Amino acid sequence: MTDRYGTTGLKFYEPLLWEKGASGRYGYSMPQQDVDEVPVAADLAGPGPDFPDLGELDVVRHYTRLSQWNFCIDSGMYPLGSCTMKYNPKTNDRQAQLPGFRNAHPLLPDKLAQGALKIMYELERYLAEITGLPALSLQPAAGAHGELTGMLICYAYHLDSGQPRSKIIIPDTAHGTNPSSATLCGFTPVTIRSNAAGILSAKDVAAIMDEDTAGIMITNPNTLGFFESDIKDITEIVHRKGGLVYADGANMNAVMGIVDMAEIGMDILHLNLHKTFSTPHGGGGPGSGPICVTQKLAPYLPVPRVIKQGNTFVLSEDFPQSVGKIHAFYGNFGVQLRAYSYVRSMGETHLKKASQLAVLNANYIKEMLKKHFHLPYDRPCMHECVFTDKYQAPHGVTTLDIAKRLMEYGFHPPTIYFPLVVKGAIMVEPTETESKDEIDRFIVAMKAIAKEAEESPALLKNAPNITKVKRLDETGAARKPCLSG
Amino acid sequence: MRYLPHTESEIQQMLAIIGQAHLEDLFSTIPAHCRRKKKPNLPSPLSEWELDDHMNRLAAQMPQPAETKTFIGAGSYHHHIPAIIFHLLSRSEFVTSYTPYQPEISQGTLQAIYEYQTYVTRLLGMDVANASMYDGASSLAEALLMAMRITRRKKVAISSAVNPLYRKVVDTYLAPTGCDIIEMPYTSTGCTDSACLRQTTELAAVAVQSPNFFGCIEDLSAISTTAHQDEKTLMVTCFSEPLAYGIYKNPGSQGVDIACGEGQSLGIPQSFGGPGLGMFATRSAYVRNMPGRLVGKTTDLDGRRGFVLTLATREQHIRRERATSNICSNQGLCATAAAMYMATLGGTGFKKLAKLNYDKTEYLKRELRRIGCALPFQATTFNEFVVAYPNGFDRKYETLIEKNIVPGLPLDPFFPDLAGHYLLCVTETSAKADLDRLVKEVQS
Repeated sequence: MTDRYGTTGLKFYEPLLWEKGASGRYGYSMPQQDVDEVPVAADLAGPGPDFPDLGELDVVRHYTRLSQWNFCIDSGMYPLGSCTMKYNPKTNDRQAQLPGFRNAHPLLPDKLAQGALKIMYELERYLAEITGLPALSLQPAAGAHGELTGMLICYAYHLDSGQPRSKIIIPDTAHGTNPSSATLCGFTPVTIRSNAAGILSAKDVAAIMDEDTAGIMITNPNTLGFFESDIKDITEIVHRKGGLVYADGANMNAVMGIVDMAEIGMDILHLNLHKTFSTPHGGGGPGSGPICVTQKLAPYLPVPRVIKQGNTFVLSEDFPQSVGKIHAFYGNFGVQLRAYSYVRSMGETHLKKASQLAVLNANYIKEMLKKHFHLPYDRPCMHECVFTDKYQAPHGVTTLDIAKRLMEYGFHPPTIYFPLVVKGAIMVEPTETESKDEIDRFIVAMKAIAKEAEESPALLKNAPNITKVKRLDETGAARKPCLSG
Repeated sequence: MRYLPHTESEIQQMLAIIGQAHLEDLFSTIPAHCRRKKKPNLPSPLSEWELDDHMNRLAAQMPQPAETKTFIGAGSYHHHIPAIIFHLLSRSEFVTSYTPYQPEISQGTLQAIYEYQTYVTRLLGMDVANASMYDGASSLAEALLMAMRITRRKKVAISSAVNPLYRKVVDTYLAPTGCDIIEMPYTSTGCTDSACLRQTTELAAVAVQSPNFFGCIEDLSAISTTAHQDEKTLMVTCFSEPLAYGIYKNPGSQGVDIACGEGQSLGIPQSFGGPGLGMFATRSAYVRNMPGRLVGKTTDLDGRRGFVLTLATREQHIRRERATSNICSNQGLCATAAAMYMATLGGTGFKKLAKLNYDKTEYLKRELRRIGCALPFQATTFNEFVVAYPNGFDRKYETLIEKNIVPGLPLDPFFPDLAGHYLLCVTETSAKADLDRLVKEVQS
């Protein structure tokens, strides 16, 4: 084990916050009481929260220890399919912490907020250039929030045309957020199956597209890692029946500078700034999910929108067809600012190169591992490839076991059991920021695990052992939920 | 480019394994007619140092905290944030980790969120809290959708003293559902007039905010009682300043079924409105109807305590179109910041800080009254209050801004009947001298 990177270390025990502390201790520097004390109306007064009293160092040690139980990009590679866990540049964090941005109140008069508004305005222009879709809103706070906004736009568009529609076509490879976002807007999802090559066939779309169908939601490249090569025919079929094409931009990292989403017929697309544009995931958020649309749909974008009047940027509410607001303010500005820094650092050439290298890394892994892990679709992939546990299953080893064993080699597991159309899926997305050395180490680990699966499957079944905890009782957690202490 | 580690020779070695000659060849599955003709028009790349200069210049166009006093709240609050929070929260292990789907290597995030959930239930007096939502406005919208799911009804009543920006988000979320939204007016005291509820039937939810948009503390018990005259109706309350519960009764003790709102004031920088923190809590009976992620306690194979994401069968990645919400991420890092902040204050500090905020606000109210400003609403407040400055203040507003004082938020864009009124906010970050300066400038 000694030559495996990122696999050993001291594991501190740390209790829960309320198992520590002493009443009356505190870790906060209380400002002076420089005004008179005024009593609080007795009928409204409450006892205040029952929090433990902790000292400053209690809190510092607590969270330092907790942090050490986390895997993270800065400690190792995350080959998580469809999640684009690329390196999060530190300079982006530096920019977001500048006091002028960090302390800005969102309702400042526009003239006091020119720096922030300029960043938002320019980021919109950059993302419009990258996607090819000319109008956008940065307001959605996450990818799923962007999807919801996109579906609201789709709903409003059909309502305005006097013909509300009830259905939406969604491929079987789609992220679960797609049908869920569509349902929130009152659409009934109609599932369409991908063909033997793992993509959609135009004729299958033509067979179900009708005048009661609002449109189609497509992830391109899709979650099997393939470019939907019938896309132009598909978008034409949908448009001919008056529908709209929604693009889930989760996999944009494969095609920056390579595909113009408007040219291939996409009407609405959301981006995940926390995937393609390098902003940190923060253990589950905050993200940012800008929504990009054609000129025809621009009037429906959320308000306020940043517009330029002469040399001044202003927030305008004057878009009467807008779907309204979907965030109290302007979305996650702190995340937008990091993505802005990323685009300014990369420029057009390096963004395109990033996509090329992401695709290079994925194809390289696919070639190197396909003898060891079953590859259900053996054809060139884009930024991710999908294996299965078919070769390991005869030894009683599952995808889950492979994932857990990989932790002991110092890697985060790939995305598992997704897409749903592949049984026992192992979905690998290396991203462009992993070097060949690191990719080779991952390949060595995966090959070793494939061998272990044949020779000593118990190593996989019992993994992981070197982590803070072993496998956890998830069934018990759900059966008798204990959600607070 | 320093983020792209491949050398030319490595690229060639890798292409050889794949059986291609050029990087372009990797895209052969994209038909020629789908390739873009024109390059994106983007500015040339900046070095790290050029980027610093560029961003420093843009940040300098924003008010500098040491020079400018901004007396605006309205859903975003300036509080002191202890240095340890920035320091701890900047740790790579929190910042660059993924959603904790693999619990064995995510116990840090999971325990931090479990502790956050616990602190939120204790603060709000509720049974269960989720691992957070996007922001206060979308939390309120999700709460109303949840009430509609539970009651299978399509009518809600919402107070006009709820933050108008939140109400707009609610309108957007509810638009495709066909839900009727009834607006409850506010009274001359600044609180919600719930009298209209007596004539209204079949409500899924009654929603108010406390402290409300005007800073006024609502009588949640009374409104809950009225709402619950129909036993199916859910009482929903939102908030944008949870520090208030350091001195006032929490929602759970006043008959509230869903308490939700914005947690930015708990140690999260204002950052021009985001990222913030959507807080969301409810009663145990409704846990399976909740939106969002939940962390639960369990044990590992050796019987050791550990934490996992749980009750995922409510969620989109399992239930797809039948999920309770489409929400997939949360605001994990912001929730961790809020937990760190609450841990740093402790119960004693939390109460003391809330009281200090209250005292400073009362001081400014008294001083403004003394110089003849009208405070139209008589209800008890926290941190914020509405003031009618003397006639002709519009012009002085501009002068004060030039003097680096932002003397509140003009209310006429939100409430035309409150033209000439401003919403003022005071926190512990204002020293008495700052408040005295504001009063003097208004008077001069």
